[in-house]
Amino acid sequence: MSIFKKAATAFTCLGLAIATPGLTQTIAITGGKVVTNTAQGHVIGGTVLIQDGKILAVGDNVDIPDDALRIDASGKWVTPGLFSPLSQVGLVEVGAEASTNDTSANKSTFSIALDGVDGFNPKAEAIAITKIEGMTRIAVATGAGANIFSGRGFIADTSGALNSITKGKAFVSVQMGERGANIAGGSRPAAWAYLRNALAEARNYRPGREREDALLTGPDALALKPAAEGRMPLLVYVNRASDLMTLVRLKRAQPKLNLVAVGAREGWMVGKELAAANIPAVIQPQDNLPGSFESLGSTMMNAMRLHKAGVMIAIAQIGESFNARLAPQQAGAAVANGLDWDVAFAAITSTPAKIFGLDDQLGTLAKGMTADVVIWDGDPLELMSSPDYVFIGGVDQIMTSRQTKLRDRYMDLSNARDKPFAFR
Amino acid sequence: MIKQLALAGVLAMASGTAYAQMVEIDKNPFPSTYKPMPSGSVMIRGAHVFDGVGGEMTNTDVLLQDGKIAAFGQDLEVPDGTSIIDGTDKWVTPGIIDVHSHLGVYASPGVRAHSDGNEVTSPVTAEVSSEHGVWPHDPGFNRARAGGVTSMLVLPGSANLFGGRGTVLKNVPSRTVQGMKFPDAPYALKMACGENPKRVYGQKGGPGSRMGNFARYRKSWIKATAYKKSWDDYREDYVKWEDKQNNSKDDKGKDKKDKKAPKAPKRDLQMETLMGVLDGEIIVNMHCYRADEMAQVIDMSKEFGYHVGAFHHGIEAYKVADLLRENDTCAAMWADWGGFKMEAYDSIRENIPLVHNAGACAIVHSDSGVGIQRLNQEAAKALADGNKAGLNITQGAAWSWLSSNPAKLLGIGDKTGALKPGLNADIVVWSGNPFSVYSRAETVFVDGAILYDRNDKSRQAVSDFELGQPGEGDDK
Repeated sequence: MSIFKKAATAFTCLGLAIATPGLTQTIAITGGKVVTNTAQGHVIGGTVLIQDGKILAVGDNVDIPDDALRIDASGKWVTPGLFSPLSQVGLVEVGAEASTNDTSANKSTFSIALDGVDGFNPKAEAIAITKIEGMTRIAVATGAGANIFSGRGFIADTSGALNSITKGKAFVSVQMGERGANIAGGSRPAAWAYLRNALAEARNYRPGREREDALLTGPDALALKPAAEGRMPLLVYVNRASDLMTLVRLKRAQPKLNLVAVGAREGWMVGKELAAANIPAVIQPQDNLPGSFESLGSTMMNAMRLHKAGVMIAIAQIGESFNARLAPQQAGAAVANGLDWDVAFAAITSTPAKIFGLDDQLGTLAKGMTADVVIWDGDPLELMSSPDYVFIGGVDQIMTSRQTKLRDRYMDLSNARDKPFAFR
Repeated sequence: MIKQLALAGVLAMASGTAYAQMVEIDKNPFPSTYKPMPSGSVMIRGAHVFDGVGGEMTNTDVLLQDGKIAAFGQDLEVPDGTSIIDGTDKWVTPGIIDVHSHLGVYASPGVRAHSDGNEVTSPVTAEVSSEHGVWPHDPGFNRARAGGVTSMLVLPGSANLFGGRGTVLKNVPSRTVQGMKFPDAPYALKMACGENPKRVYGQKGGPGSRMGNFARYRKSWIKATAYKKSWDDYREDYVKWEDKQNNSKDDKGKDKKDKKAPKAPKRDLQMETLMGVLDGEIIVNMHCYRADEMAQVIDMSKEFGYHVGAFHHGIEAYKVADLLRENDTCAAMWADWGGFKMEAYDSIRENIPLVHNAGACAIVHSDSGVGIQRLNQEAAKALADGNKAGLNITQGAAWSWLSSNPAKLLGIGDKTGALKPGLNADIVVWSGNPFSVYSRAETVFVDGAILYDRNDKSRQAVSDFELGQPGEGDDK
């Protein structure tokens, strides 16, 4: 069944859900293999009941109201929607065209004060192509600004609605390692000195009582304050084992900080230390080349070894826009190299929700959770599987994109003279 | 090997012949020194097989002998001294061939000193050759082998209209590039369409537009046509002259011997590469995203009488797949990359299967040291997307995107790329179906020798660079 045809089917069987954006209609997804991401585990032949945008019940013994719309998911997998822990989806349309690219602003006066939400375009092509691959939530980070800090990232859904921000001002990110050293003036010590000073300035910042020798602008200091006080995650791009140890030392010195390591290519070398410091890692498991001198220890075993050491891991196609959707392939690579399937799947669903403090709403299939639900035609980590249905907040999504429309236009190249492609 | 035979000329004169021999250009001054590793007779028993040319067979034996595929089929007899690999639950395929790699020329680690893949000094650098930029110790070669890649085309980058020659390598550990060169494989010529050349040279004297790109391609081909003619004329004149020397008296007994032999044209490295294309000896591999540009390049190739082997990246190949079929031009593509620049904006996930379905030659390529390690996975995604859109392509057929189509493009299809008796035993044994994300290459044979074994550290190459570094010899 083509995605196009499938969308048509979705219209047919979920006509109500589409027509009245659907929240009053109770939906029962029955018969599938339900991956709950909770202690309930996998429920074979289970039912997921959705009402008012929330999950009403999950299990193999769920009472289905008579008026519920039933979707038969026999032979299918039913899972929480995927959650990218770090992307740039919606900040850029065409990477190389600066006019369409709001990912970074190294000529700006500001850094942390930059609010990614101001650059987010829910109508960007990448939103729909991400959604129809089963990814319903995205953490979106801006790139570097005037200094090692990026602006504030946010969490959004991929519905394409103009009000699709789940959580604004959700985190701050900062470049360390080779890149950070370069930005900060030429060395790692320069980058760490800048970071420590910035955290201190932010904590001590009082509006109207700015210090004259402050390095951060007032708005930047104000924006960093929640992260400096540990009320907001601070994502730190760092790969080399020694740099990760510096991060661990920072955490020991300032235990309130909510630090997350991003990249962490050599994380496996310091897994116990990261776990003890309670620092989760956002990783890209396929990265196994010594692409730089800070990633000589790169291996696809990183995910499995970090998990074994007790580190919480989230998996991403890090910083991608167009291909944030490939996170399941990354997770699959981790499984092929020893990571438990459930941990790998959590790493692209519930673990990101946890990192951003949204695990009371997202990432699992359980009563009361937001109904981000995907019905897959097979194992979601498998290369040849894809979603048949995607629900965001209980709303059935249209499964088309600019890509599927181009495909349908050129599917049949015959009769090009009789009917121009632009009329198709 | 043909040499510029100055020495032979001297000898000829010394031995009494009065004239020098015809000057010919040595077309292979950096010859392959590759020798297959010693290998015994190996039988892979009872495996699931993709033969690389469309076929899929279960419970099949594959016999490798003397570095070649000796036989495959059901219940083969086991010759004496054959070692057996149990193929139960395993898949056997021809080795993967990547037609778009920059391994060695953009080696890991990606420090500035390792940037040897683009001669960004002029938009026309047909005179350079990727083999002179390859660092054989790039750890990426070993990673790619662990991903089932047995041969590859290492290309210059796409900054230039004419980027230079590409070189086909066997993916074997070696101290020298010559030790990796695929014996008797033709060179490729890398060309580039579109945004890259005009972006790189727009502020440096041009080209600054697609119009400028085409003008410079054509100027170069005009020059190359003249250069080729100068050599063709020289050879013709020489033969005539030589003929005269051998019949040096006319009817009246008068000596009609010319004093001087015709003079060979001056060598021009840049033009030698383009002449190689016009002579059909070097295969054009052109970086080209947009369908309309592909159509124009095909017209240009007809204008000057050469053939385009493949369009690389070919983001919009699906829009002109019929044209590609009619012109016997391959498209080498990614499964799902796109969006990073305007000419990549119309990427679709069904590009590869739609090109295949139109009867054109589809190839999965990497252009990436990471992607090259899992080209089988890229094929899997493309296959699934195509079939979900309503096509009906088998897994066996899809393997042709990874081995036989690439081999055909590179001019090595008579040597590798399929499970055919007599071809090189470039073979991969997979832990399961290679279209599953959970499967991995277990054993990789190049010319019958095991050059990678996931379960045997002594068969896992460690590059010089990684010795003594974090993660040396680790599972990668």
